Parts: sequence; structure tokens; C-alpha cells
Amino acid sequence: MTRVLIVDDHAMFRGGVRAELSSEPARAAGVEIVGEAADVDSAVAAVVAHRPDVVLLDVHLPGGGGAEVMRRTGPSGPRFLALSVSDAAEDVIGTIRAGARGYVTKTITGPELVSAIGRVAEGDAVFSPRLAGFVLDAFAGAGLSADIAAVDEDLDRLTEREREVMRLIARGYSYKEVAKELFISVKTVETHMSAVLRKLQLSSRHELTRWANDRRLL
Amino acid sequence: MTEHAPSGPAYVPRRAARDTAAGYLGGVAAGLAEHLALPVLWIRVAFVASGALGGLGIVMYGALWLALPAATRDPDLAPGLAAASRGGRRPGTGRRLADVGPAIALAALGFGALLLLESVIGRGTVFWVLALGLTGVALIWRQADEAQRERWRDSGGRVDPVRALIGNGGWAAWARLLSGAALVLTALVLFALRSGQLQVARDVLIATLLGLVGLLLTLGPWVIRLATDLSDEREKRVRTEERADVAAHLHDSVLQTLALIQKNAADPAQVSRLARAQERDLRTWLFEGDVVAGTLSAALAEIAADVEAEHAIAVEVVTVGELTLTERAHPIVLATREAVVNAARHSGATRVDVYAEVAGGVLSVYVKDRGVGFDPAGVAGDRQGVRGSIVDRMVRHGGAAVVTSTPGEGTEIVLRMPLEEGKS
Repeated sequence: MTRVLIVDDHAMFRGGVRAELSSEPARAAGVEIVGEAADVDSAVAAVVAHRPDVVLLDVHLPGGGGAEVMRRTGPSGPRFLALSVSDAAEDVIGTIRAGARGYVTKTITGPELVSAIGRVAEGDAVFSPRLAGFVLDAFAGAGLSADIAAVDEDLDRLTEREREVMRLIARGYSYKEVAKELFISVKTVETHMSAVLRKLQLSSRHELTRWANDRRLL
Repeated sequence: MTEHAPSGPAYVPRRAARDTAAGYLGGVAAGLAEHLALPVLWIRVAFVASGALGGLGIVMYGALWLALPAATRDPDLAPGLAAASRGGRRPGTGRRLADVGPAIALAALGFGALLLLESVIGRGTVFWVLALGLTGVALIWRQADEAQRERWRDSGGRVDPVRALIGNGGWAAWARLLSGAALVLTALVLFALRSGQLQVARDVLIATLLGLVGLLLTLGPWVIRLATDLSDEREKRVRTEERADVAAHLHDSVLQTLALIQKNAADPAQVSRLARAQERDLRTWLFEGDVVAGTLSAALAEIAADVEAEHAIAVEVVTVGELTLTERAHPIVLATREAVVNAARHSGATRVDVYAEVAGGVLSVYVKDRGVGFDPAGVAGDRQGVRGSIVDRMVRHGGAAVVTSTPGEGTEIVLRMPLEEGKS
């Protein structure tokens, strides 16, 4: 059983997600909704009260955004899956850097959401095509420019394989298709994606800040 | 840093400003650092060092604080993001606790500089009087600065004189203000006491002068920046009105769409088409800000919008890197449109993924669907669209196109075009 908490400030959207996750196929996949919350304070309280496995977290949330919920529940808390209608790269990357295990847009279909919840519950990362695009963008300069501080060299780069995995996900491939295309196992794809997520969360502030600045110039 | 495209925005002179969000005192050093593209630590050390050597740094800091306008750290956000920021729904920068450490270090350095000065000038009350007075004025000034910053966040246009000084601040604002005033007063009283009766006339004159200077300095923030504020507000109003116009327009379009959806409730395909078109429209406006016309991402967004409006298919566009479209990139954009339209028309899929990447001087576009697919080898003359409009077009212009398709699994078209010129 995967215990899920829905955090979103729009009651209508919570209702919609609840309906989708209460459907027969979702229940067969082991998804159980244990609660809902509408802002940072109630979300933190609900995490403490219900101890969910996965929190579906809105990026824009009263009280400081989804990142604030993750900051206050600490690293030993549940796993977070960001669910956003905002396409702003700063918000999405900011939430991922705050510790979310994945990011999907709100137009995601019910079955896709259920499978994303399952992956996050198992500790894997979930990248939507858009997030994969942001990641490639964010790390684009890192592989080419020579003026990166040597300290974070390993973190500021994606390996060629990781870049390839991200590119295929951005192109709309499913994990299985990525595995088939690169002649590797699905588990290896997941390992690569977890590595990318870790690099995204840990890599030097400098590099990503510069990326954000560059974007604003575009 | 990214280079500006030749057809970029008009030249805007670079003006130095104080970075009130990043600074410890007035943000002068942080602002200068950004303006001069130097590490902020250097500037701070320079100020402290020159402050210790005869107080020049302190005077300079004060003068710059007076003269430089505070930067509005209020970047032109798309309205949805701006609203979310105002409502505290986005992760904010806020005050970082880490700031306290360097602030204490700076204070200690400053105190050391004071002691040094004292030993140079001599142990006189005059110095302490001056120091007290200056600290008092600085405190008041700091508070007015804070209040000024808050005024920007305040949406109401009216400026109330009390709020102009206090802002939204609570006890901290009052404490700063009162202790500042108290320090100025103490300085004046100390000065009067010390001077005794011998040179009363001169002392009173000097005391009055000091008081006047204090008053001027206290009023300074508004007097000097009134003009700046006025033009800022005018600019802001223009922007607000512009936004309001667009909001009204969107409001209408949303309402129209909803009305249409109610009328077409029995036709799911039509409803989802309307909803998708409207969603794209709103999303772009709310979260993406101004799309620069003539760029690759703008062209792809246009293709997506057009195809979605005409066919029952969702087009998901992801762009990595950016490019100002040149003559060279034109064929690939046309070929992309053709590929997306083909997918919409023949694949039977509900979604097409378009991924464009600018890397290493090559523009690559991938168009993928999960539709019925076809056998590329067995295509007869009826698939002229793919051959003529996509493959041949790309080859003619020095690019390449690869069509991969498996019946039952879908189709992917990969387009590549080297960019000898107009690299981003």
C-alpha cells in the first residue's frame, strides 16, 4: 500500500486528483489517500499526523511554496512528487533542488500519475519531458565551458550516458523505451535518473544561478 | 553570459544601484559589486580598509548610499508568478540567518576602525559626540530605507507620511527610529554640555547647524528620491495598465471558451480541443512572460498552438538552448511543422512530443508520436508529404532527416541542420 497525501491550495484540483486516485485501477496499484492539505502549515501538520509514503506537492503553495514544506519536514520525511501547473523553470528546478523526487505537470493522466507515485514510493526519480528539458538546459554550459570551479567539477557535469537518458525522456520516451534504445535495463535507466536528480540537488549554486540569470536574459 | 542578439532590445544604459536585498547595511557594496562585476567581498574589504584609514570609506559609503537609488529587485515576472510571489506561494529568498555572521564581523571591524581613529585623533569627547550623532542618523536612515523598500511591495498608491518612515515594520522599526533620534539628541546634549559657557554663542550656532544637518539627513531619503520614486511609480502604472488590458482580453477569451464548452458539452473532442487551446493561451501568459518573437522557441510554440487548434492532438514542446531564427534555420522549422501536422493527421495518437536542441552548432528537432506508425520501406507515392516536404527539403538545404516508424508503435522524425551562422 502506498499512502499518499495531496497538498494543493485548490480544493477543486484536490478533488479531481482524489477522484482519479480512488478509481479502481489506482486502488489495484496500491494507492491509498490518507489526507489533504491546503497550505504549508497544514501540510507539515498532515505529514506529522498521517506519516504518508508519498506527498503530491503543489509548487505554488501559500506560506512559502512547496519547497518550504520540504524544508520544514526535514530529510527524514516522506518522498515528495512535485505537481505543478507553473511552467516557470525557477519554480520547478527550485522545488527539485529543495528535495522533491520528481516533477510532473497537472495535465498528467490518471494512470501516468499512479505510475509516477509508484516510482517515487520506491525511491526512484520521476522526470517529465519538460523537467528533463530544464535539466539539460541547466547543465548545458557545464559540459562545454572551461571556467567552472574545479571544486564541484564532478557534480556540475552530466555524464554522456546521463545526458542521453535525459534527452530521450525529453523526446517523449518512456523508461522502458529508453532502456530499449540504449540497450540497458530499466533498473539502469532508473539509476542514471537518480544520479541526475542527485547532481541537480547537490551541484554548485554558482552554476545554476548563472543559468537562471542567463534565462532571464533570453 | 549570453550574447545579445543583434535584433535585441534597445540599448539601456547601465546604472549602478544599491542591491537592498543582498546587502548588510544599505546594499551599496553589493550593488557596486554587481555594477563593476567584481566579487562583493573585495568591495566590502576596500570600504572597511579605507574606512579604517582616516574614515574615507565611511564617508564614501554614506555618500553612495545617499546618491544611489535602490534597485527594485522586482524582475518583470509573468503575472501568474508575480501574483504567486506576492501571495507568498513561491519559495522566497527571505532573510538568511547566515547573514548575521558577516554582519558581526563587519561591526567588529568597524569598532576597531573607531578605536584606531580615536588613537590617531586623540581621546576627545568630540569624537564620541560625532560618532553617536552619526550612528543615530544612520539608524534613522536605515529605517527610512527599509520603509522605502516596503512601499514598492505596497500596491496602494497613496503614501502616508507615518508609513513612509515606519513602513509595515513593527517594534523593530520603531526601536530603530527612536534609538536613532535618541542618539542624535544625546550627541547634541553632550556637545552643549562639553562646550560650557565660554563660547556659548559659537556652540549654540554649531549645535543648531548640527541639528539642521541631522534633520536634512533624516528627511533626505524622501527628498532626494522623490523624483526617482515618481518616475518609478509612473513606469509601474503604465505596466499595470498594460497588464490590465491583457487580463481583460484573456478574461474575455476564457469566458468565451467556457461558453463554447457548455454549448458543445456533448462533443468531447471539441471540448478538449477548446480546453487545450485555452490552457495553452493562459499558461503562456501566466507563466512564460514575453516570448521573444523570431526565436526558435517562439516558432515552435506557434506551430504547437496552430496544430492543436486544428487537430485533436496535444503538442508538447521542450526546447533546450535558444536561437534567433535565421534564414538557415527556416527550412527546419517548416519541416517540423510538416512533421507535426503529419502526426496529427495520420498517427491517431493523442499527443506529439517535440524536442528541439541547439548544441555544438547543430539544431536538432525530434518529433515523436505513439500512433499507428507505418512501414517506411513500403511507402508508396501517397506519402509524398514525408518525402517531399520533410526529407527532401532538409537535404536540399544541407540538413538531414531520418524517419523511423514501426507499425503499431509510432513514428519518430529526427531533423538536423548545421548552423554555420547565427549560433547562439
